Amino acid sequence: MSGEPVLDIRGLSVDYGLGDAAVHAVRDVSLTLHRGEVLGLAGESGSGKSTLAYGMLRLLPPPGVVRSGQVFYHPGDDEPVELMSLSAKRLRRFRWAEVAIVFQGAMNSLNPVHTVATQLTDVIAAHEPRTTPAARRARAVELLTLVGINADRLGSFPHQLSGGMRQRVMIAMALALEPRVVVMDEPTTALDVVMQRQILAKLVELRERIGFSVLFITHDLSLLVEFSDRIAIMYGGRIVEDAPAGQLYRDSLHPYSDGLLHSFPALRGPRRELTGIPGSPPDLRAMPSGCAFHPRCPKAFDPCAERTPTLLAPDGREDQNRTVACWLHTADRAMT
Amino acid sequence: MSYLLRRIGFYAFTAWAAITINFFLPRAIPGDPVQSLIARAQGQLSTDAIQSLYILFGLDDEQSLVSQYFEYWGQLLSGDLGLSFTFFPSPVSDVIADSLPWTLALVGFTTVISFLLGTALGVVAGWWRGTWADLLMPVTTFLSSIPYFWLGLIAITLFADQGGAFPSSGGYDPGVVPGWDLDFIGSAIHHSLLPAITILITSMSGWVLSMRNMMLTVAAEDYITVAHAKGLSQRRVMVSYAARNALLPNVSAFALSLGLIVGGTLLVEIVFSYPGIGFQLFSAVGAKDYPLIQGIFLIITLSVLVANLVADLVYLLLDPRTRKEG
Repeated sequence: MSGEPVLDIRGLSVDYGLGDAAVHAVRDVSLTLHRGEVLGLAGESGSGKSTLAYGMLRLLPPPGVVRSGQVFYHPGDDEPVELMSLSAKRLRRFRWAEVAIVFQGAMNSLNPVHTVATQLTDVIAAHEPRTTPAARRARAVELLTLVGINADRLGSFPHQLSGGMRQRVMIAMALALEPRVVVMDEPTTALDVVMQRQILAKLVELRERIGFSVLFITHDLSLLVEFSDRIAIMYGGRIVEDAPAGQLYRDSLHPYSDGLLHSFPALRGPRRELTGIPGSPPDLRAMPSGCAFHPRCPKAFDPCAERTPTLLAPDGREDQNRTVACWLHTADRAMT
Repeated sequence: MSYLLRRIGFYAFTAWAAITINFFLPRAIPGDPVQSLIARAQGQLSTDAIQSLYILFGLDDEQSLVSQYFEYWGQLLSGDLGLSFTFFPSPVSDVIADSLPWTLALVGFTTVISFLLGTALGVVAGWWRGTWADLLMPVTTFLSSIPYFWLGLIAITLFADQGGAFPSSGGYDPGVVPGWDLDFIGSAIHHSLLPAITILITSMSGWVLSMRNMMLTVAAEDYITVAHAKGLSQRRVMVSYAARNALLPNVSAFALSLGLIVGGTLLVEIVFSYPGIGFQLFSAVGAKDYPLIQGIFLIITLSVLVANLVADLVYLLLDPRTRKEG
């Protein structure tokens, strides 16, 4: 599934606050989302997953600031667009039409005082002002049908819908302008397991039918193993491992990925021991020196506390299309 | 609908309670109105006259309290609020009908204007937080802390005294005959300008502050981020997403302030000797004019209740979450 890139993040750093008091929430992250791919982004709370997603779309509320880095969007036939340098007007036109987001917390993503119809059509009106109200409404009906909601729900207000329905409305809304990329920020966290399944199955089906790329952000690695093509693991604001989902599940290299994978039971396959990860996530205001994970790492050795490992192809597996930031696997080149 | 009916039932009960208290209150006060009238007449009233006064004020000892109560209700429903002492023998309802329009025009108009202006400013100040709009905040905080009667006194000193441009008291020029003609209306507007501006300056700041705070709260909601992510225009996000939600508490506060129009700005009317209902209440208290006080209380209570009902209705209209499914 490694087609050409559609979204290319290069060296993105995001701070909260300015100057010396700033907290570095995302540190020098590079990540590529390919055409038609589901890229999973996993990590503990506070690892910077959501900040990365909002940062790359310039949606961070103050005091969040993108300190450095570039984000290239490849529209396919046209020249790539760099999002950080886009003017306010062009950015507004770019948003939702090219990259749409399904937000964390379905409950609060819909405006409580407007009907579903209003919220589905206003985005179409903003981007395609020449459509008639009737056409927009027809499109809204179509979108709701797509996610399995009856058209008579158009006149409903958000509080009249169940949590699962609201999230499906949000997915329908995300697809309104047929974007190439859909960012899903913990889209199913607030829902029960059955509803999670339904929504994700719907999503997989829609992606096959429409063909958009997905950046799927969650703390639930078990979901990603099942639904994504690639998985990137974040820790302390950095990507520590980036690998195809199957490889990561069977043969994770970074001790942190390994810890995450041993934090949930597998339903099929051989029994594994559940271990979890000792300690707690790092304090972003006082990050450990070197590799941020070393105080909790069972395999930490000499260089870990002193120098930060870079994200590189692991030793002896250069052909496997994966990278890891760990001294255990990249010692030879990174040390020199 | 059942929600609405329950609310109306609740207000009907409250109105009944208020009217009943209004009936018992003067009877609980030591010394009755007739006694004070007797004292004023300095013993020139015959026993018969005194007895007929008692009957006139509904304080007839020979009648039981219960039948007095029912008679009180009967009079009330026919619009009879008794006779005023100070304007004896004109009925209280006439006195109130004379002064109520002045208050409604002056305070009602300024309350509406102040709400509209203040809310609009609050939206702008909240939306453009962290820019020059923040300069508005110290100014409004300062203005909202000024007591309006004090500002009124300052305004009179500056603009009305010693041949100033504005009159310092009254509702219209003494030489003008009240009526629906240009002379009278012009004169009334001229007289109301100074008190109106005084109320406006001090009351508007409250709306600015509360609307700005609500805007800041709402701006942190997820649906605002969604609206930005959808690429909607700034104006649409500000008006239709942020302000539309931030408005809700302000609207109910506004409806409540409508109820206070009748009795709320007593001090301004006193300072400007404005012939409104607040000024009337003030003089009625001074003259121990019980029927008039009672009547004005009743009007104030009822208008607060009506305003509450309006607040409920408006909320029902603006917030779909309060509407119950049929």
